[in-house]
Amino acid sequence: MITSKKSRTINVILFFVLCIVGAFVLYPLFFILNNSFKGKFFISKDPFALPTSETFSGLTNYVNGLIKTGLLSAVGWSFFITILSVVLIVLFTAMTAYYITRVKTKVTQGLYYMFVFSMIVPFQMVMFTMSSLADTFHLKNPVGMCILYLGFGAGQAVFMFAGFIKSVPIDIEEAAMIDGCTPLQNYFKVVFPVLKPTAITVAILEAMWIWNDFLLPYLVIGISTKYKTIPVVVQMLVGSNGNKDMGALMAMLVLSIIPIIIFYLSCQKYIIEGVVAGAVKG
Amino acid sequence: MEKTLKKYFVIFTVPTIIAFAFAFIIPFAQGLYLSFCNFTTVNNATFVGFENYKLAFSSGQGFTSALLFTVGFTVISVITINLFAFTLALLLTRKIKGTNLFRTVFFMPNLIGGIVLGYTWQQMINAILYQFETTIVSNAKYGFWGLVILMNWQMMGYMMIIYIAGLQNIPTDLIEAAKIDGATSWQTLIKVKLPMVMSSITICMFLTLSNSFKLFDQNKALTNGAPMNKTQMLALNIYDTFYGKTGYEGVGQAKAVVFFIIVAAVALIQLSITRSKEVEQ
Repeated sequence: MITSKKSRTINVILFFVLCIVGAFVLYPLFFILNNSFKGKFFISKDPFALPTSETFSGLTNYVNGLIKTGLLSAVGWSFFITILSVVLIVLFTAMTAYYITRVKTKVTQGLYYMFVFSMIVPFQMVMFTMSSLADTFHLKNPVGMCILYLGFGAGQAVFMFAGFIKSVPIDIEEAAMIDGCTPLQNYFKVVFPVLKPTAITVAILEAMWIWNDFLLPYLVIGISTKYKTIPVVVQMLVGSNGNKDMGALMAMLVLSIIPIIIFYLSCQKYIIEGVVAGAVKG
Repeated sequence: MEKTLKKYFVIFTVPTIIAFAFAFIIPFAQGLYLSFCNFTTVNNATFVGFENYKLAFSSGQGFTSALLFTVGFTVISVITINLFAFTLALLLTRKIKGTNLFRTVFFMPNLIGGIVLGYTWQQMINAILYQFETTIVSNAKYGFWGLVILMNWQMMGYMMIIYIAGLQNIPTDLIEAAKIDGATSWQTLIKVKLPMVMSSITICMFLTLSNSFKLFDQNKALTNGAPMNKTQMLALNIYDTFYGKTGYEGVGQAKAVVFFIIVAAVALIQLSITRSKEVEQ
Protein backbone atom coordinates (compact mmCIF):
# COMPACT_ATOMS: atom_id res chain seq x y z
CA MET A 1 0.00 0.00 0.00
CA ILE A 2 1.10 3.55 -0.70
CA THR A 3 1.14 5.79 2.35
CA SER A 4 0.76 9.38 1.27
CA LYS A 5 1.59 12.39 3.42
CA LYS A 6 -2.10 13.05 4.00
CA SER A 7 -2.86 9.60 5.32
CA ARG A 8 0.21 9.81 7.55
CA THR A 9 -1.16 12.96 9.23
CA ILE A 10 -4.49 11.22 9.61
CA ASN A 11 -2.74 8.31 11.29
CA VAL A 12 -1.07 10.64 13.78
CA ILE A 13 -4.44 12.17 14.65
CA LEU A 14 -6.00 8.73 14.97
CA PHE A 15 -3.12 7.64 17.18
CA PHE A 16 -4.08 10.37 19.65
CA VAL A 17 -7.73 9.37 19.44
CA LEU A 18 -6.72 5.82 20.36
CA CYS A 19 -4.63 7.16 23.25
CA ILE A 20 -7.71 8.94 24.59
CA VAL A 21 -9.77 5.77 24.34
CA GLY A 22 -6.93 3.89 26.05
CA ALA A 23 -6.96 6.42 28.89
CA PHE A 24 -10.73 5.97 29.24
CA VAL A 25 -10.23 2.21 29.47
CA LEU A 26 -7.40 2.34 31.97
CA TYR A 27 -8.58 5.21 34.15
CA PRO A 28 -11.09 3.29 36.33
CA LEU A 29 -8.36 0.80 37.22
CA PHE A 30 -5.96 3.60 38.06
CA PHE A 31 -8.73 5.28 40.04
CA ILE A 32 -9.22 2.38 42.45
CA LEU A 33 -5.48 1.76 42.71
CA ASN A 34 -4.88 5.41 43.52
CA ASN A 35 -7.61 5.62 46.15
CA SER A 36 -6.66 2.32 47.74
CA PHE A 37 -3.62 4.11 49.17
CA LYS A 38 -5.60 6.95 50.73
CA GLY A 39 -7.06 7.11 54.22
CA LYS A 40 -10.74 6.15 54.11
CA PHE A 41 -11.95 9.60 55.15
CA PHE A 42 -10.06 11.34 52.38
CA ILE A 43 -11.41 9.35 49.46
CA SER A 44 -14.77 11.05 49.01
CA LYS A 45 -13.33 14.54 49.56
CA ASP A 46 -11.04 14.58 46.58
CA PRO A 47 -11.26 11.26 44.78
CA PHE A 48 -9.23 12.30 41.75
CA ALA A 49 -6.17 13.69 43.52
CA LEU A 50 -3.04 11.65 44.02
CA PRO A 51 -2.29 10.72 47.61
CA THR A 52 -0.41 13.42 49.51
CA SER A 53 1.63 13.02 52.68
CA GLU A 54 -1.54 13.87 54.59
CA THR A 55 -3.88 11.47 52.83
CA PHE A 56 -1.45 8.62 52.13
CA SER A 57 -2.22 5.63 54.30
CA GLY A 58 0.22 3.04 53.04
CA LEU A 59 -1.15 -0.47 53.16
CA THR A 60 -3.66 0.20 55.95
CA ASN A 61 -6.63 -0.31 53.62
CA TYR A 62 -5.22 -3.59 52.39
CA VAL A 63 -4.63 -4.88 55.92
CA ASN A 64 -8.07 -3.73 57.10
CA GLY A 65 -9.77 -5.20 54.08
CA LEU A 66 -8.04 -8.52 54.36
CA ILE A 67 -8.89 -8.85 58.05
CA LYS A 68 -12.50 -7.84 57.47
CA THR A 69 -13.23 -10.03 54.46
CA GLY A 70 -10.91 -13.01 54.48
CA LEU A 71 -10.17 -12.30 50.83
CA LEU A 72 -7.04 -14.45 50.90
CA SER A 73 -9.00 -17.61 51.58
CA ALA A 74 -11.50 -16.53 48.92
CA VAL A 75 -8.66 -16.28 46.41
CA GLY A 76 -7.70 -19.82 47.37
CA TRP A 77 -11.24 -21.15 46.96
CA SER A 78 -11.70 -19.28 43.69
CA PHE A 79 -8.54 -20.92 42.38
CA PHE A 80 -9.58 -24.36 43.63
CA ILE A 81 -13.10 -24.20 42.19
CA THR A 82 -12.01 -22.68 38.88
CA ILE A 83 -9.18 -25.11 38.24
CA LEU A 84 -11.00 -28.28 39.31
CA SER A 85 -14.14 -27.30 37.36
CA VAL A 86 -12.19 -26.54 34.21
CA VAL A 87 -10.31 -29.85 34.45
CA LEU A 88 -13.58 -31.74 34.91
CA ILE A 89 -15.26 -29.87 32.06
CA VAL A 90 -12.44 -30.42 29.57
CA LEU A 91 -11.97 -34.06 30.53
CA PHE A 92 -15.60 -35.19 30.57
CA THR A 93 -17.33 -32.98 28.03
CA ALA A 94 -14.71 -33.72 25.35
CA MET A 95 -15.32 -37.45 25.88
CA THR A 96 -19.07 -36.94 25.72
CA ALA A 97 -18.82 -34.80 22.62
CA TYR A 98 -16.61 -37.40 20.98
CA TYR A 99 -19.06 -40.18 21.78
CA ILE A 100 -22.17 -38.39 20.60
CA THR A 101 -20.49 -37.30 17.38
CA ARG A 102 -19.11 -40.74 16.52
CA VAL A 103 -22.03 -42.87 17.67
CA LYS A 104 -25.21 -41.76 15.97
CA THR A 105 -28.31 -42.99 17.76
CA LYS A 106 -31.54 -41.30 18.77
CA VAL A 107 -30.25 -41.04 22.33
CA THR A 108 -27.02 -39.28 21.39
CA GLN A 109 -28.83 -36.96 18.97
CA GLY A 110 -31.33 -36.10 21.68
CA LEU A 111 -28.51 -35.44 24.14
CA TYR A 112 -26.78 -33.15 21.67
CA TYR A 113 -29.89 -31.03 21.22
CA MET A 114 -30.36 -30.86 24.99
CA PHE A 115 -26.84 -29.52 25.39
CA VAL A 116 -27.36 -26.92 22.68
CA PHE A 117 -30.72 -25.98 24.17
CA SER A 118 -29.19 -25.41 27.61
CA MET A 119 -26.98 -22.68 26.19
CA ILE A 120 -29.85 -20.25 25.64
CA VAL A 121 -31.58 -20.82 28.97
CA PRO A 122 -30.86 -17.97 31.39
CA PHE A 123 -29.58 -18.91 34.83
CA GLN A 124 -32.60 -17.34 36.57
CA MET A 125 -34.76 -20.10 35.09
CA VAL A 126 -33.01 -22.80 37.10
CA MET A 127 -31.42 -20.94 40.01
CA PHE A 128 -34.03 -21.65 42.67
CA THR A 129 -34.60 -25.30 41.83
CA MET A 130 -30.90 -25.93 41.25
CA SER A 131 -29.86 -24.61 44.63
CA SER A 132 -32.54 -26.60 46.42
CA LEU A 133 -31.45 -29.71 44.53
CA ALA A 134 -27.86 -28.98 45.53
CA ASP A 135 -29.05 -28.79 49.13
CA THR A 136 -30.80 -32.17 48.95
CA PHE A 137 -27.77 -33.90 47.47
CA HIS A 138 -25.19 -32.20 49.71
CA LEU A 139 -23.51 -30.33 46.90
CA LYS A 140 -23.15 -27.15 48.92
CA ASN A 141 -19.36 -27.36 49.11
CA PRO A 142 -16.46 -26.62 46.75
CA VAL A 143 -16.44 -30.07 45.16
CA GLY A 144 -20.22 -29.97 44.71
CA MET A 145 -19.80 -26.56 43.07
CA CYS A 146 -17.41 -28.10 40.56
CA ILE A 147 -19.98 -30.78 39.69
CA LEU A 148 -22.61 -28.08 39.13
CA TYR A 149 -20.19 -26.13 36.96
CA LEU A 150 -19.52 -29.28 34.94
CA GLY A 151 -23.25 -29.63 34.38
CA PHE A 152 -23.96 -25.99 33.65
CA GLY A 153 -20.88 -25.49 31.49
CA ALA A 154 -21.44 -28.72 29.58
CA GLY A 155 -23.72 -27.17 26.96
CA GLN A 156 -21.21 -24.78 25.49
CA ALA A 157 -18.25 -27.15 25.92
CA VAL A 158 -19.95 -30.12 24.25
CA PHE A 159 -21.16 -27.87 21.45
CA MET A 160 -17.66 -26.56 20.74
CA PHE A 161 -15.93 -29.95 20.99
CA ALA A 162 -18.56 -31.60 18.82
CA GLY A 163 -18.21 -28.88 16.21
CA PHE A 164 -14.50 -29.58 16.00
CA ILE A 165 -14.70 -33.39 16.11
CA LYS A 166 -17.07 -33.37 13.13
CA SER A 167 -14.25 -31.96 11.02
CA VAL A 168 -11.67 -34.55 12.16
CA PRO A 169 -11.29 -37.43 9.65
CA ILE A 170 -12.21 -40.78 11.12
CA ASP A 171 -9.49 -42.78 9.25
CA ILE A 172 -6.73 -42.45 11.86
CA GLU A 173 -9.04 -43.65 14.60
CA GLU A 174 -10.09 -46.63 12.51
CA ALA A 175 -6.47 -47.49 11.85
CA ALA A 176 -5.72 -47.30 15.57
CA MET A 177 -8.65 -49.60 16.31
CA ILE A 178 -7.50 -52.12 13.73
CA ASP A 179 -4.06 -52.04 15.38
CA GLY A 180 -5.75 -53.19 18.57
CA CYS A 181 -6.46 -50.01 20.50
CA THR A 182 -9.45 -50.11 22.83
CA PRO A 183 -11.83 -47.13 22.44
CA LEU A 184 -10.37 -45.57 25.59
CA GLN A 185 -6.75 -45.89 24.43
CA ASN A 186 -7.83 -44.64 21.05
CA TYR A 187 -9.53 -41.64 22.59
CA PHE A 188 -6.67 -40.60 24.87
CA LYS A 189 -3.78 -41.40 22.53
CA VAL A 190 -5.20 -40.48 19.14
CA VAL A 191 -8.23 -38.22 19.50
CA PHE A 192 -7.47 -36.04 22.50
CA PRO A 193 -4.12 -34.72 21.19
CA VAL A 194 -5.95 -33.51 18.09
CA LEU A 195 -8.53 -31.75 20.26
CA LYS A 196 -5.92 -29.73 22.13
CA PRO A 197 -6.54 -26.32 20.46
CA THR A 198 -10.27 -26.60 21.12
CA ALA A 199 -9.54 -27.79 24.66
CA ILE A 200 -7.50 -24.63 25.30
CA THR A 201 -10.32 -22.46 23.95
CA VAL A 202 -12.91 -24.23 26.08
CA ALA A 203 -10.67 -24.07 29.16
CA ILE A 204 -10.13 -20.32 28.79
CA LEU A 205 -13.79 -19.49 28.19
CA GLU A 206 -14.98 -21.64 31.09
CA ALA A 207 -12.23 -20.37 33.41
CA MET A 208 -13.18 -16.75 32.72
CA TRP A 209 -16.82 -17.52 33.42
CA ILE A 210 -16.27 -19.54 36.59
CA TRP A 211 -13.67 -17.22 38.11
CA ASN A 212 -16.01 -14.24 37.73
CA ASP A 213 -19.29 -15.99 38.44
CA PHE A 214 -21.19 -14.52 41.34
CA LEU A 215 -24.73 -15.84 41.59
CA LEU A 216 -24.09 -19.58 41.56
CA PRO A 217 -21.56 -19.63 44.44
CA TYR A 218 -23.59 -16.98 46.26
CA LEU A 219 -26.73 -19.13 46.16
CA VAL A 220 -25.20 -22.56 46.54
CA ILE A 221 -22.33 -22.03 48.96
CA GLY A 222 -23.77 -18.91 50.51
CA ILE A 223 -22.21 -16.29 52.70
CA SER A 224 -22.02 -18.08 56.02
CA THR A 225 -19.49 -20.75 55.09
CA LYS A 226 -15.74 -20.52 54.77
CA TYR A 227 -15.83 -21.47 51.08
CA LYS A 228 -16.67 -18.02 49.72
CA THR A 229 -15.21 -17.02 46.35
CA ILE A 230 -13.85 -13.58 45.39
CA PRO A 231 -17.03 -12.07 43.87
CA VAL A 232 -19.05 -13.24 46.89
CA VAL A 233 -16.58 -11.62 49.30
CA VAL A 234 -16.57 -8.34 47.36
CA GLN A 235 -20.37 -8.27 47.32
CA MET A 236 -20.49 -8.95 51.08
CA LEU A 237 -18.03 -6.17 51.86
CA VAL A 238 -20.32 -3.65 50.22
CA GLY A 239 -23.73 -5.19 50.60
CA SER A 240 -23.75 -6.15 54.24
CA ASN A 241 -22.97 -3.07 56.30
CA GLY A 242 -24.30 0.47 56.08
CA ASN A 243 -21.13 2.42 56.83
CA LYS A 244 -18.83 1.31 54.09
CA ASP A 245 -15.09 1.32 54.50
CA MET A 246 -14.36 2.78 51.07
CA GLY A 247 -10.63 2.42 51.51
CA ALA A 248 -10.91 -1.28 52.21
CA LEU A 249 -13.31 -1.64 49.27
CA MET A 250 -10.84 0.00 46.88
CA ALA A 251 -8.03 -2.18 48.17
CA MET A 252 -10.06 -5.37 47.80
CA LEU A 253 -11.13 -4.40 44.28
CA VAL A 254 -7.48 -3.95 43.38
CA LEU A 255 -6.56 -7.32 44.87
CA SER A 256 -9.42 -9.04 42.99
CA ILE A 257 -8.29 -7.61 39.69
CA ILE A 258 -4.57 -8.40 40.05
CA PRO A 259 -4.81 -12.19 39.42
CA ILE A 260 -6.87 -11.58 36.27
CA ILE A 261 -4.38 -9.08 34.89
CA ILE A 262 -1.45 -11.40 35.57
CA PHE A 263 -3.33 -14.25 33.88
CA TYR A 264 -4.21 -12.03 30.94
CA LEU A 265 -0.74 -10.64 30.37
CA SER A 266 0.90 -14.04 30.66
CA CYS A 267 -1.31 -15.89 28.20
CA GLN A 268 -2.78 -13.03 26.21
CA LYS A 269 -2.29 -14.73 22.88
CA TYR A 270 -4.28 -17.82 23.89
CA ILE A 271 -6.98 -15.77 25.55
CA ILE A 272 -7.62 -13.53 22.56
CA GLU A 273 -7.45 -16.43 20.10
CA GLY A 274 -9.67 -18.51 22.37
CA VAL A 275 -12.26 -15.79 22.70
CA VAL A 276 -12.38 -15.25 18.93
CA ALA A 277 -12.59 -18.97 18.23
CA GLY A 278 -15.24 -19.40 20.91
CA ALA A 279 -17.32 -16.56 19.55
CA VAL A 280 -17.07 -17.71 15.96
CA LYS A 281 -18.07 -21.27 16.79
CA GLY A 282 -20.55 -20.42 19.52
CA MET B 1 -15.63 -48.87 14.93
CA GLU B 2 -18.98 -47.41 15.93
CA LYS B 3 -20.07 -50.78 17.27
CA THR B 4 -17.08 -51.22 19.62
CA LEU B 5 -17.33 -47.63 20.78
CA LYS B 6 -21.05 -47.96 21.40
CA LYS B 7 -20.47 -50.30 24.36
CA TYR B 8 -18.49 -47.59 26.13
CA PHE B 9 -21.54 -45.37 26.61
CA VAL B 10 -21.20 -45.33 30.39
CA ILE B 11 -17.55 -44.33 30.54
CA PHE B 12 -17.76 -41.67 27.86
CA THR B 13 -21.00 -39.94 28.68
CA VAL B 14 -22.36 -40.77 32.12
CA PRO B 15 -20.25 -38.35 34.26
CA THR B 16 -21.30 -35.43 32.08
CA ILE B 17 -24.91 -36.57 31.95
CA ILE B 18 -25.18 -36.88 35.73
CA ALA B 19 -23.77 -33.40 36.29
CA PHE B 20 -25.91 -32.04 33.47
CA ALA B 21 -29.00 -33.60 35.01
CA PHE B 22 -28.26 -32.04 38.42
CA ALA B 23 -27.36 -28.62 37.08
CA PHE B 24 -29.79 -28.31 34.22
CA ILE B 25 -32.30 -30.99 33.21
CA ILE B 26 -33.94 -31.63 36.59
CA PRO B 27 -33.93 -27.96 37.72
CA PHE B 28 -35.31 -26.88 34.35
CA ALA B 29 -38.17 -29.38 34.37
CA GLN B 30 -38.89 -28.67 38.03
CA GLY B 31 -38.81 -24.94 37.38
CA LEU B 32 -41.23 -25.24 34.51
CA TYR B 33 -43.67 -27.19 36.67
CA LEU B 34 -43.25 -24.96 39.73
CA SER B 35 -44.13 -21.87 37.71
CA PHE B 36 -47.70 -23.17 37.84
CA CYS B 37 -47.55 -23.75 41.60
CA ASN B 38 -47.66 -21.92 44.87
CA PHE B 39 -44.62 -22.83 46.96
CA THR B 40 -41.97 -21.67 49.39
CA THR B 41 -39.76 -24.74 49.06
CA VAL B 42 -39.65 -27.31 46.29
CA ASN B 43 -41.55 -29.83 48.43
CA ASN B 44 -44.67 -27.89 49.42
CA ALA B 45 -46.00 -26.98 45.99
CA THR B 46 -49.72 -26.71 45.23
CA PHE B 47 -50.93 -26.38 41.66
CA VAL B 48 -52.51 -23.01 40.86
CA GLY B 49 -52.55 -22.91 37.06
CA PHE B 50 -51.72 -19.59 35.42
CA GLU B 51 -52.17 -17.59 38.63
CA ASN B 52 -48.44 -16.81 38.94
CA TYR B 53 -48.23 -15.58 35.38
CA LYS B 54 -51.15 -13.20 35.95
CA LEU B 55 -49.53 -11.94 39.14
CA ALA B 56 -46.15 -11.53 37.42
CA PHE B 57 -47.58 -8.93 35.07
CA SER B 58 -49.64 -7.10 37.71
CA SER B 59 -48.46 -3.55 38.32
CA GLY B 60 -47.08 -4.02 41.84
CA GLN B 61 -44.54 -6.59 40.64
CA GLY B 62 -42.36 -4.20 38.66
CA PHE B 63 -41.83 -6.85 36.00
CA THR B 64 -43.17 -4.78 33.12
CA SER B 65 -41.18 -1.70 34.13
CA ALA B 66 -38.06 -3.87 34.47
CA LEU B 67 -38.80 -5.22 30.99
CA LEU B 68 -39.03 -1.69 29.58
CA PHE B 69 -35.81 -0.65 31.30
CA THR B 70 -34.06 -3.78 30.02
CA VAL B 71 -35.23 -3.23 26.45
CA GLY B 72 -34.18 0.43 26.50
CA PHE B 73 -30.81 -0.40 27.98
CA THR B 74 -30.26 -3.27 25.53
CA VAL B 75 -31.09 -1.19 22.45
CA ILE B 76 -28.77 1.65 23.45
CA SER B 77 -25.93 -0.66 24.51
CA VAL B 78 -26.09 -2.89 21.45
CA ILE B 79 -25.92 0.13 19.14
CA THR B 80 -23.19 2.00 21.01
CA ILE B 81 -21.01 -1.03 21.73
CA ASN B 82 -21.06 -2.21 18.14
CA LEU B 83 -20.48 1.27 16.71
CA PHE B 84 -17.51 1.92 18.97
CA ALA B 85 -16.11 -1.58 18.56
CA PHE B 86 -16.35 -1.46 14.77
CA THR B 87 -14.78 2.00 14.62
CA LEU B 88 -11.91 0.86 16.83
CA ALA B 89 -11.47 -2.23 14.67
CA LEU B 90 -11.25 -0.04 11.57
CA LEU B 91 -8.64 2.14 13.27
CA LEU B 92 -6.59 -0.81 14.45
CA THR B 93 -6.45 -2.36 10.97
CA ARG B 94 -4.90 0.83 9.52
CA LYS B 95 -1.33 0.00 10.56
CA ILE B 96 -1.14 2.74 13.16
CA LYS B 97 1.78 2.61 15.62
CA GLY B 98 1.17 0.67 18.82
CA THR B 99 -1.74 -1.34 17.42
CA ASN B 100 -0.90 -4.40 19.48
CA LEU B 101 -0.65 -2.46 22.72
CA PHE B 102 -3.98 -0.76 22.08
CA ARG B 103 -5.58 -4.10 21.34
CA THR B 104 -4.26 -5.55 24.60
CA VAL B 105 -5.50 -2.58 26.64
CA PHE B 106 -8.94 -2.33 25.02
CA PHE B 107 -9.68 -6.01 25.52
CA MET B 108 -8.61 -6.18 29.17
CA PRO B 109 -11.81 -4.97 30.92
CA ASN B 110 -13.69 -7.89 29.44
CA LEU B 111 -11.89 -10.29 31.77
CA ILE B 112 -12.94 -8.54 34.96
CA GLY B 113 -16.04 -9.96 36.55
CA GLY B 114 -19.36 -8.09 36.72
CA ILE B 115 -19.44 -7.66 40.49
CA VAL B 116 -15.90 -6.30 40.73
CA LEU B 117 -16.21 -3.89 37.84
CA GLY B 118 -19.72 -2.89 38.91
CA TYR B 119 -18.33 -1.63 42.21
CA THR B 120 -15.31 -0.10 40.49
CA TRP B 121 -17.60 2.00 38.29
CA GLN B 122 -19.94 2.76 41.15
CA GLN B 123 -17.01 4.36 42.98
CA MET B 124 -15.90 6.21 39.83
CA ILE B 125 -19.34 7.57 38.97
CA ASN B 126 -20.08 8.52 42.56
CA ALA B 127 -16.76 10.35 42.72
CA ILE B 128 -17.78 12.42 39.70
CA LEU B 129 -21.35 12.99 40.90
CA TYR B 130 -20.03 13.94 44.34
CA GLN B 131 -18.68 17.12 42.78
CA PHE B 132 -22.31 17.98 42.01
CA GLU B 133 -23.43 16.84 45.46
CA THR B 134 -25.43 13.86 44.29
CA THR B 135 -24.99 10.08 43.89
CA ILE B 136 -25.76 7.44 41.32
CA VAL B 137 -28.75 6.14 43.27
CA SER B 138 -30.50 9.53 43.41
CA ASN B 139 -31.74 9.52 39.82
CA ALA B 140 -32.66 6.63 37.53
CA LYS B 141 -31.01 8.45 34.60
CA TYR B 142 -27.61 8.23 36.26
CA GLY B 143 -28.09 4.53 36.80
CA PHE B 144 -29.19 3.96 33.23
CA TRP B 145 -26.31 5.84 31.60
CA GLY B 146 -23.87 4.51 34.16
CA LEU B 147 -24.84 1.01 33.14
CA VAL B 148 -24.51 1.90 29.44
CA ILE B 149 -21.02 3.35 29.98
CA LEU B 150 -19.99 0.35 32.07
CA MET B 151 -21.23 -2.09 29.45
CA ASN B 152 -19.41 -0.22 26.68
CA TRP B 153 -16.26 -0.17 28.74
CA GLN B 154 -16.46 -3.89 29.32
CA MET B 155 -17.59 -5.22 25.95
CA MET B 156 -16.19 -2.77 23.42
CA GLY B 157 -12.77 -4.44 23.32
CA TYR B 158 -14.20 -7.95 23.03
CA MET B 159 -16.38 -7.03 20.03
CA MET B 160 -13.48 -5.07 18.55
CA ILE B 161 -11.37 -8.24 18.54
CA ILE B 162 -14.07 -10.12 16.62
CA TYR B 163 -14.47 -7.27 14.12
CA ILE B 164 -10.69 -7.12 13.62
CA ALA B 165 -10.66 -10.84 12.81
CA GLY B 166 -13.49 -10.25 10.32
CA LEU B 167 -11.80 -7.27 8.67
CA GLN B 168 -8.50 -9.13 8.34
CA ASN B 169 -10.29 -11.93 6.51
CA ILE B 170 -11.40 -9.68 3.67
CA PRO B 171 -9.24 -10.48 0.63
CA THR B 172 -7.06 -7.44 -0.11
CA ASP B 173 -7.60 -7.70 -3.87
CA LEU B 174 -11.28 -6.98 -3.27
CA ILE B 175 -10.44 -3.65 -1.65
CA GLU B 176 -7.76 -2.88 -4.23
CA ALA B 177 -10.26 -3.58 -7.01
CA ALA B 178 -12.77 -1.19 -5.44
CA LYS B 179 -10.06 1.49 -5.25
CA ILE B 180 -9.10 1.02 -8.89
CA ASP B 181 -12.73 1.37 -9.83
CA GLY B 182 -12.64 4.75 -8.15
CA ALA B 183 -14.53 4.01 -4.93
CA THR B 184 -13.99 6.49 -2.12
CA SER B 185 -12.97 5.05 1.25
CA TRP B 186 -16.52 5.64 2.52
CA GLN B 187 -17.94 3.69 -0.42
CA THR B 188 -15.42 0.92 0.13
CA LEU B 189 -16.50 0.73 3.76
CA ILE B 190 -20.23 0.57 3.04
CA LYS B 191 -20.23 -1.47 -0.16
CA VAL B 192 -17.30 -3.83 0.38
CA LYS B 193 -16.14 -4.06 3.98
CA LEU B 194 -19.53 -4.06 5.72
CA PRO B 195 -21.09 -6.86 3.62
CA MET B 196 -17.89 -8.88 3.98
CA VAL B 197 -17.92 -8.73 7.80
CA MET B 198 -21.62 -9.51 8.10
CA SER B 199 -20.87 -12.79 9.86
CA SER B 200 -18.85 -10.91 12.49
CA ILE B 201 -21.75 -8.51 12.87
CA THR B 202 -24.09 -11.46 13.43
CA ILE B 203 -21.85 -12.77 16.20
CA CYS B 204 -21.31 -9.41 17.86
CA MET B 205 -25.00 -8.51 17.73
CA PHE B 206 -25.84 -11.86 19.27
CA LEU B 207 -23.26 -11.55 22.05
CA THR B 208 -24.04 -7.93 22.94
CA LEU B 209 -27.78 -8.52 22.73
CA SER B 210 -27.86 -11.59 24.96
CA ASN B 211 -25.28 -10.25 27.42
CA SER B 212 -27.11 -6.94 27.81
CA PHE B 213 -30.51 -8.56 28.08
CA LYS B 214 -29.43 -11.09 30.69
CA LEU B 215 -27.26 -8.65 32.66
CA PHE B 216 -27.31 -9.28 36.40
CA ASP B 217 -24.01 -8.82 38.26
CA GLN B 218 -23.28 -5.34 36.95
CA ASN B 219 -26.84 -4.24 37.63
CA LYS B 220 -26.70 -5.59 41.18
CA ALA B 221 -23.36 -4.00 41.95
CA LEU B 222 -23.85 -0.62 40.29
CA THR B 223 -27.26 0.43 41.61
CA ASN B 224 -29.04 -2.70 42.86
CA GLY B 225 -32.16 -1.26 41.25
CA ALA B 226 -32.08 2.04 43.15
CA PRO B 227 -33.81 4.46 43.23
CA MET B 228 -37.08 2.61 43.98
CA ASN B 229 -36.32 -0.26 41.58
CA LYS B 230 -36.33 2.18 38.66
CA THR B 231 -33.00 0.82 37.39
CA GLN B 232 -33.92 -2.79 37.98
CA MET B 233 -33.39 -5.11 35.04
CA LEU B 234 -35.31 -8.33 34.41
CA ALA B 235 -32.76 -10.70 35.93
CA LEU B 236 -32.50 -8.62 39.10
CA ASN B 237 -36.28 -8.30 39.30
CA ILE B 238 -36.61 -12.09 39.19
CA TYR B 239 -33.89 -12.51 41.80
CA ASP B 240 -35.59 -10.01 44.13
CA THR B 241 -38.94 -11.73 43.66
CA PHE B 242 -37.43 -15.05 44.72
CA TYR B 243 -35.29 -13.91 47.60
CA GLY B 244 -36.70 -10.51 48.57
CA LYS B 245 -39.76 -11.75 50.43
CA THR B 246 -41.22 -15.21 51.01
CA GLY B 247 -44.46 -16.29 49.41
CA TYR B 248 -43.61 -15.03 45.93
CA GLU B 249 -41.38 -17.90 44.78
CA GLY B 250 -44.05 -19.09 42.33
CA VAL B 251 -44.32 -15.63 40.82
CA GLY B 252 -40.54 -15.48 40.55
CA GLN B 253 -40.45 -18.80 38.75
CA ALA B 254 -43.22 -17.71 36.37
CA LYS B 255 -41.25 -14.55 35.61
CA ALA B 256 -38.17 -16.69 34.98
CA VAL B 257 -40.09 -18.77 32.43
CA VAL B 258 -41.29 -15.63 30.65
CA PHE B 259 -37.71 -14.30 30.74
CA PHE B 260 -36.43 -17.54 29.21
CA ILE B 261 -39.02 -17.40 26.43
CA ILE B 262 -38.17 -13.76 25.62
CA VAL B 263 -34.42 -14.49 25.58
CA ALA B 264 -34.86 -17.50 23.31
CA ALA B 265 -37.22 -15.66 20.95
CA VAL B 266 -35.01 -12.58 20.69
CA ALA B 267 -31.93 -14.70 20.06
CA LEU B 268 -33.59 -16.75 17.32
CA ILE B 269 -35.14 -13.74 15.58
CA GLN B 270 -31.89 -11.78 15.65
CA LEU B 271 -29.88 -14.72 14.33
CA SER B 272 -32.26 -15.37 11.45
CA ILE B 273 -32.35 -11.67 10.45
CA THR B 274 -28.59 -11.07 10.41
CA ARG B 275 -27.79 -14.53 9.00
CA SER B 276 -29.97 -13.78 5.98
CA LYS B 277 -27.80 -10.73 5.24
CA GLU B 278 -24.53 -12.64 5.26
CA VAL B 279 -22.58 -12.97 2.02
CA GLU B 280 -21.53 -16.38 0.80
CA GLN B 281 -17.74 -16.46 0.77
